[in-house]
Amino acid sequence: MEARFNAGDRVRIRVDYPAGHFRTPGYIQGKTGTVAGVHGTFRNPESLAKGGDGLPRQYLYLVRFDQTHVWENYNASPQDKLLIDIYEHWLEPVCQS
Amino acid sequence: MEEHNHGHDAHTQVGDSHEMTSYEKRAGAILSLLTEKGVVASDEIWRAIDDMDSRTPALGAKVVARAWVDPEFKAQLLTDTKAALTELDVDIGSLNTVVALENTDKVHNVVVCTLCSCYPRTILGVPPDWYKSLSYRSRVVVDPRGVLREFGLELDPDVEVRVYDSTADIRYLVIPSRPAGTEAATEDELAGLVSRDSMIGVAMASAPGK
Repeated sequence: MEARFNAGDRVRIRVDYPAGHFRTPGYIQGKTGTVAGVHGTFRNPESLAKGGDGLPRQYLYLVRFDQTHVWENYNASPQDKLLIDIYEHWLEPVCQS
Repeated sequence: MEEHNHGHDAHTQVGDSHEMTSYEKRAGAILSLLTEKGVVASDEIWRAIDDMDSRTPALGAKVVARAWVDPEFKAQLLTDTKAALTELDVDIGSLNTVVALENTDKVHNVVVCTLCSCYPRTILGVPPDWYKSLSYRSRVVVDPRGVLREFGLELDPDVEVRVYDSTADIRYLVIPSRPAGTEAATEDELAGLVSRDSMIGVAMASAPGK
């Protein structure tokens, strides 16, 4: 299985509240960021939390966001960043214009 | 749920004198079921507790000091953290992946887990209470510079602040900048300057002689 995204790709975080446990913070859902790195594959925590086997393994990405994009009123420094680990099934491709 | 049970039941841990919370009661009940049914033996649990207690920020400080004196080690620490730690005989087990982040005069990294309290326990031991507090977790992502100021750390506007929200399987260890005036210090002396907080990213390493 190959990683669907590579470093530098623009991605949008899906908006979803699946029943049970998930590890994509609400504050980042719907936001657009850039893949900063690919951590490799890990068991899916949403399945593990229900006693499942966590398979198929999911690619986990480090995604970088501009703080000024995440928080409307962020005015400290335009270069500040937020970096979050997100599993592949939460990422949507963003058309490069 | 009995609210006025003062916790003198069979599951009370040694030395536990406060009123047990419902979570502690639940953990105690699960623990006795697991041991009664032979899923885990209590000596396995005590061994795990001993292992956890043996891990303190001194372990992380040793890693940082080595990175300061050995550029090759630092390069490996930043690209293949596990291999570098293994070289220092630091066993991080297989549960999580540890990634090291370097603080410089241009970039300042700070770590949080907004969802719970994920923390590089195998290198830093048990997290401080403030790390698990709702106040830190909810505010450091929104206003990192303000929160760092409360820790006594005022960052220049030119410095890029990177907040890492460790939501998943990766545990982040911050490598603070080496303080000025430490050129002649030994590796052990350098390790003494590396505080737990500097490896979370809410403080700088201490200046020598302080």
